[in-house]
Parts: sequence; C-alpha cells; structure tokens
Amino acid sequence: MSNAIVQQRGIGAMIWDYITTVDHKKIAHLYLVAGGLFFLIGGLEALIIRIQLMQPDSNFISAGLYNEMITMHGTTMIFLAAMPLIFALMNAVVPLQIGARDVAFPFLNSLGFWLFLFGGLLLNVSWFTGGAPDAGWTNYAPLSSTSPGHGVDYYVMGLQIAGAGTLIGGINFLVTIINMRAPGMTYMRMPLFTWTTFITSVLILFAFPALTVGLFLMMFDRMFGSAFFDVTAGGNAIIWEHLFWIFGHPEVYILILPVFGAFSDIFSTFSKKRLFGYSAMVFATVLIGFLGFMVWAHHMFTVGLGPIANSIFAVSTMAIAVPTGIKIFNWLFTMWGGSIKLSVAMLWALGFIPTFTIGGMTGVMLGSAAADYQYHDTYFVVAHFHYVIVGGTVFGLFAAMHYWWPKMFGKVLNEKLGHLGFWPFFIGFHLTFFIQHFLGLMGMPRRYWTYFEGQGLATGNLISTIGAFLMAIGTLIFLYNVIYTAIKEPKASADPWDGRTLEWSLPSAPPFYNFKQTPLVRGLDPLWIEKMEGRKGITPAEPLGDIHMPNGSILPFLMSMGLFIAGFGFIYQVDNKLWFIAVAVGMGLFFASMFTRSFKDDLGYHIHKEDLIEKGDGKE
Amino acid sequence: MRGWMGKLRPVFIFSVLVLFLAGCGEENLSALKPKGYGADLLLDLMVISLAIMTFVFVVVMAIYIFVLIRYRRKKGEENYIPKQTEGNKSLEIIWTVIPVLLLLILAVPTVQATFDLADEKPREEDGSITVEVTGNQYWWHFNYPDQEISTSQDLYIPTGERVYLDMKSSDVIHSFWVPSIAGKMDTNPGDNENTMYLEAYEEGVYWGHCAELCGQSHSLMDFRVVAVSSEEYDQWVSDMQNIDPEATPETASAKDGQKAFENSCMGCHAIGNSPAGVGPNLSNFGNRTKIAGILDHNKENLVDWIMDPDQFKPGNKMEGYNVSEKEAQQIADYLMQLDHSEVTPDSVNGSSGKK
Repeated sequence: MSNAIVQQRGIGAMIWDYITTVDHKKIAHLYLVAGGLFFLIGGLEALIIRIQLMQPDSNFISAGLYNEMITMHGTTMIFLAAMPLIFALMNAVVPLQIGARDVAFPFLNSLGFWLFLFGGLLLNVSWFTGGAPDAGWTNYAPLSSTSPGHGVDYYVMGLQIAGAGTLIGGINFLVTIINMRAPGMTYMRMPLFTWTTFITSVLILFAFPALTVGLFLMMFDRMFGSAFFDVTAGGNAIIWEHLFWIFGHPEVYILILPVFGAFSDIFSTFSKKRLFGYSAMVFATVLIGFLGFMVWAHHMFTVGLGPIANSIFAVSTMAIAVPTGIKIFNWLFTMWGGSIKLSVAMLWALGFIPTFTIGGMTGVMLGSAAADYQYHDTYFVVAHFHYVIVGGTVFGLFAAMHYWWPKMFGKVLNEKLGHLGFWPFFIGFHLTFFIQHFLGLMGMPRRYWTYFEGQGLATGNLISTIGAFLMAIGTLIFLYNVIYTAIKEPKASADPWDGRTLEWSLPSAPPFYNFKQTPLVRGLDPLWIEKMEGRKGITPAEPLGDIHMPNGSILPFLMSMGLFIAGFGFIYQVDNKLWFIAVAVGMGLFFASMFTRSFKDDLGYHIHKEDLIEKGDGKE
Repeated sequence: MRGWMGKLRPVFIFSVLVLFLAGCGEENLSALKPKGYGADLLLDLMVISLAIMTFVFVVVMAIYIFVLIRYRRKKGEENYIPKQTEGNKSLEIIWTVIPVLLLLILAVPTVQATFDLADEKPREEDGSITVEVTGNQYWWHFNYPDQEISTSQDLYIPTGERVYLDMKSSDVIHSFWVPSIAGKMDTNPGDNENTMYLEAYEEGVYWGHCAELCGQSHSLMDFRVVAVSSEEYDQWVSDMQNIDPEATPETASAKDGQKAFENSCMGCHAIGNSPAGVGPNLSNFGNRTKIAGILDHNKENLVDWIMDPDQFKPGNKMEGYNVSEKEAQQIADYLMQLDHSEVTPDSVNGSSGKK
C-alpha cells in the first residue's frame, strides 16, 4: 500500500524514503537488494574461477588475478551476501513473529545496514584502484601483512566498517527479542526462527570483536608500522589465525543457525504439524552456539599446535554433530505423520536435508584431527564448506525467501518458476561440489590457480565447472521469477500457507506499524491455536490506541558515508600524508552526525486511534 | 521388499560411485593410494569415519524417503489436520545417545593416530635421519644437518625408515604435503618450528604440493620426494658429500657458464653444501626431476626459465636478473652437467616403472 503511494510521488521520493527509513520492513528490502547484488557479484567471481579451472594448464586469467578472485569470492559471499541476506530475513520476520511494531533501536538498525553497504562498497572499489585483496578470505599473516599494493588495506577497512554494522545489528536483535516480545510470548513460545536469530545475535556479539581486534592489529601493521604479525620484529603470525578463527568458526554458525530456524518453521508449516521436539530444538540451538566457540582450532590442525591440542579440538568438534543430528531427526519426525505439501519453500527445505547431512558427515570426517592432515586445505574442504554453506545457508535463504516473500512484498513467488529454478540449482550444486571431495583426496589443494595434465584431475574439474553453470541458470530463473511475480502475480492473502506464527495474522505486506493492537500470545504457534479455536485473527492484548512511531533519519547514511571517506584516507595516507584530510573530513562528518543525533531531540510521532480505524481492519 | 530396494537405489548408486572414484587418482599423487606409513594410517582413519558416517546417512535417508512417500499430501486431504505431536522422549534419547556412541568409536582411533603421527621417540635412536625443511616463495630447501649436505626441490629419503622433518619458513606460511606418503604440516615463519616424519614403503618419485596459499605462484610450488633403497640412499649421501663446488666442467661452454654463474647467480644460488640459501641450492641440478618444480627437465626450458622466470612462476624472486641469451645458454650447459650421483629420479623410475 505505502509502496504504491510512494511510486506515485516519483522515484526520487522513493529513494529518499529508503535512504532515511528506520522501518524494519524497508530495511529488510534494502538488505535483500544489496545482499542479492553482492551475491550476484560473488557468483560471477565463482564462475570465473570455475572457467579458469575447467581444463589443465589453463591461462584464462593470470595467477595474481586468480588470487584476487578467490579472495573476493569468499569475502563477498560470507560478509556481503550471506550475512546481509540473513539480516534481511531477520528484519522482515522477527519483529512480526514476536508481535512487535519494530526493532528496539530503529535508528541503529538503519545505521547497521548503511555501515554494511558502505563497507562492502569500499571493499569492491579495490577492483578499480589497482587490485583487490589477494591473501584469501582468511587473510593469513604474513602473506596479507606483506602483500604489496593496497588490496589488503581495502579488506581491512571494508570489513572493519561492515563488521561494525553487523555487530550493531546483532545487538539490536538481542535487545529486541529480550524486550519487545508481545504479552504471553515467553521464551519457550518463540518460533524457532526467532530463537535462532536470538542465539545468532549472541554469537555475533561475542565473535565479531575477535575479528575487529584482528583487523585493527592488521591495520596498524600495514598502515602505521607496528609489527604484531611480523616475526622478524618479535611479532607472531599465528596470532592472526587464532583471532580470525575465534571469530571465523562462530561465523559459520551465524550463517547456518538462522536458516535452521527458517527450516523449522517451514517443515512445521508445510507438514501441518507442530515442530517435533520443540524444546530439544531450542536446546540443540543453544548447545551448537555454545560449542561453536570451543572448536576454532580445528581450522588449524596442521599449524603445529601439537597432538594434545589437536585431540581436544577434534573431540569437541565431533561433539557438535550430536545437537546437529538431533535437529535433523526432529525435522524428519516433524514431517512424520504430517501432511506434506511440496511448495517451493518446502522443496528447498527437502533438498537441504540430504545435502546438509553429507556436509555434516564430511564435517565429522574433517574433525578427525589426524585425517585432516590429508583433507586440510584441499578441495575436500572446499567441497565440505560449500555443502554446508550453499547446501545449508543458500538453500535456506531460497526456502525462506519463497516462504516469506508474500510477507515482504505482498505477493507469492510463482510456484511453477520456483520449481523450475530449484532443479538446475540443486543438480548443478551436487555436480559442482560432490566431485570436489575426490579431487581433494586425489591431490588437489585449494586455492590452486592451475593444475597439470597427467595429474588425473581434469575430468573432475570439468564436471565441476559444468555444475557451476547449472547453478547460475537456477539463479537466473529465480531472478526472472522475482520480476515475473512483481508484474504478473496477484496480491497475496494474509495467510497463503496456512501459517502458524504471528506474522501470518497480518496482511501481506503488513502496514508500516505492523500490529494495530499488540497481540496476546497464548502458546506456541499462536495463530494456529486461534485458528483451531475457530477465530479469524489473534486476540489483542490491548485496546486500540495511539501508536508511537520513530521518525526517519538521514544521519545513519551520513555517518556511514563519513566512515567510507575516512576509509580511503586511512588506506592512502601511507603514500601521501595529504590523505589525512580525507580522514579528517570523513570522521568530521561522522562525529557531526553523531553529535546531531545526540543533542537534537527527535521524539517521533503518533498515529492516532481515529486514523487507524479509517485505514481499515488490519486483521483482514 | 522389492519396492524398498527401488527406493534405496540412490544409496546404492552413491556407494558404487564412492568405490569407483576411490580407484581414481595418480599413483604418486593421490591420498587414496597410500605409499607410506602416514598416508596408510590416515586412509584407514578416513575409511572408518566414512563407514560410520555412511551408516548415519543411510538411516537419515531411509527415514527421509519413507516420510516423503508415506506422508505426502494427497488429493482430497487438503483439510486433513494431522495429530500435533509434541515430541517423544525415548526417540529423542535414542538419537542423542547413538550418535554419541558412534562418535566415541571414531574418537579413539582419531586420538591414537594424532599421537602416533606426532611420535618423536624413535628419533632419539642413533642413525635416524633428520632433514631441515624450509619453505620459500616458491621453492623448498632441504638441509641434512647430520650428513652436512643440502639440496632443494627434490627430497631424497630411504624407504622403510622414518625420516624426521624440522620445518620452518623463510617468508610466509607454506604447507608441506606429500599426499601419497603422509599428511601435511605447515611451515611457519620465525621460531615456530614444526616436525613431522615421512616413511615411504616403496621406491618411487612422489609428488609434493604447497597446501597453504602463499602468493601468486602458490599452485606452482611443487616438489618431489625421491624414495630410494637404503643402499642407494647411502650412495647418494656420499656422492653429495663429495661434491667439489669449484670443479671445472668439461665443455668450453659449460666453463664459460660457470664463470657467468659466479658473476650473476652465486649471490643467491649455492653449489655445494651450504645449509641456507636465498635461492634454491643447485648442487645436483643435473639430476633434478623438474626445472623450478614444474617444467620438464631439459636445456631449452632451462634457458627460457633463466631468461624470463616470471613467465613461468609469476611473483618469484628471480625476476629481474638479466643475462644475455648466450650467457643463459652457457649457464644452462653448466647447470645441466651438475649430475654427480648415480642415484637419480630416473634410476628410481626405471626400477619401479613409474613416471
């Protein structure tokens, strides 16, 4: 509704609206579009990598450019595609699932997005200014700290800015879920997606500071002459690996837990059954989050930590398989005895189970410390983490997007095109990555620019490349579906899937204030309870009254732009001290915006009761 | 029963594929075709873990396929509302306890193997061989401190005994990997020295890779492990010990090459048993398997390499040492005749018929 009005006012007004918005639903749109764009860039980089590896002794791109490609593919996909797309879902869904009108800190929510976007842009500008970062997404010192050019500087500054955005986002959801649940929404009545968002936010809160510290040390090593990672000056290069993986391992759970939540909601909805073993699922989520911090050194089995450390981390890694297994079985038994509808969202969820199980299997195999001396840094590892990140996170994102699209955009994605897009992606995925397990064991290390004739690696790599193109076709069909749906499909009803949770009690898309009256939650799956008792909507917890809303603000955009400008200053002051002017200008803009925010009262506005009644019944 | 077999077909296909592909890979490169103690031990561990995990996968898939077929919504069931089960204590205990047991079964050999591969005790015995391995962008240096010999790129070891490696890096982190003989170990810069051991069962020339991203030519940082019988190994050691770095070559061109080498190359490349070097040690260059680890070992390639190394290994540190084509020819003649040992990769190849 509001979208249509905005369109009538012209494209400029719409852009202004989005730049200044603090509405979690619009911020979700922003995250989705930006994350989607970076996903396409990362995918393009992947295709270039696969073309280079299609045949032995290939010279499609140079070795130096290849290292930039793999670095940017990994960095982009993790930080600029997967994470923002997950934030898009969290923003779109969590406040609706807990019966809130917005997140706890709408201003910070907007700031988090713009920091991520400007950080991501800064990172990608490096392509046009003499070379992208080339030390791998893990950026190990001293390769990174001594890498010539400014590529790694862009990595350091870009991720620092984007990471601050993520940290802010995480804190915001933590506070939102603790403080803003509707009356009756106890912790053990929260939908699984809200639960996993909650645990994910905890992980973000504790994991990102480790990355921040690492990046900070790296920044000083590269730009201001310190020697934290320089062994010749008494530093220690291994410290980077620890800092990176103390962040990096929880990060993979940050990527996977939210989609576990989405899958839980999807399996339950499309089986028409309550989630099997709800409390075990919650417990397993918490346990995975907790153990996720205990296993970082399994990325470092070959670093030389010694057999005692390796054994301890091997066993703790295997332990994670138990709660993950509990989840898989609970999903299977949610479907058991149910009435399974093969919607596109469900299809992605069903594709996820065998795929992720294979990823989990190889995960346990990799956790076996000694055997990892063979797997480590080979295509076996590449296969494994794509099975969990693509087979888990990306399948989950597709499932969740098909599931919540009506809630985000008011239309149901075309189901036929959805089925059509699933199969090439699914088959292409397995073609690309299954064979890579064997390539690794046959002696192909990861991050290899080329391999030789006579090593027995040519056929496998060719198959892998063909698979990658099938995945690209699947992605294009999805994009076509998005456009087709926007033009051709009719407006969706409030509850197209026979949903169980609060978001389906609202119109698709919901009004900007979400709930006209805060709902009363009477159990797990509150909407289902009401439906089973023959009611149409949720019982309200309060009489109709004025709604307090926050004002939009341009300040988050300006603050992020300030850091973006300062980022360039920091990068180039190494060459010419005049660049400190850019630092001063950027930081000036940043602090001036911050000052304005702090000292200028912005009390928001109220939607009056009378207006709410005029706007019609929110329940539909 | 028949229907069940049909439903399990993907599982059978999967297992057949595993068996089929396990046979793949080159003899001297694949971790699936172990030719040494470490690789053998690790393949066993992989098979144990794969077997346990395949069991889990089959159970999951059996339930999955059954559920999908049995409980799919049929026409006319649109309004059917299934029983809303909360959970099942005993089932949940089963799928918690059984995985714990399976993982414990896997944990035991894992810990055993981890300690086995870190076992340094036999090293105290007299006569065990130690090699100091140094990773460099983009080549490997091998120093035998007890024998006082040095070489690069081709690591000679005797079969049937453990050779202990003390490993470090001169620049960035590398990782030393010979898939068919043992697992891998990183070489770290600074005092962070690592150790591992190689024990080859059979004579042969085995492929080694760098497995940690180390710069532009990371994928070209190959080396070879030349495993020979202990008699041949002793012979090789004494041949290497007796190298005279200043020996005059026979041909005139090689003599000129020696002079040019002394003028242009000696600053970085050692001939003779100098324990360290800025560039690879070339004492036994004539016996090498490959030039720079990647090019076929012949004079034309060597000349091309000397003239423009960056063309073959981008980012390598020999870039910019300009010599004329004539000098390059002479240097090549000099280097190619540095073949002091009868024990060569070719003699090993001849004996075992491997490339």
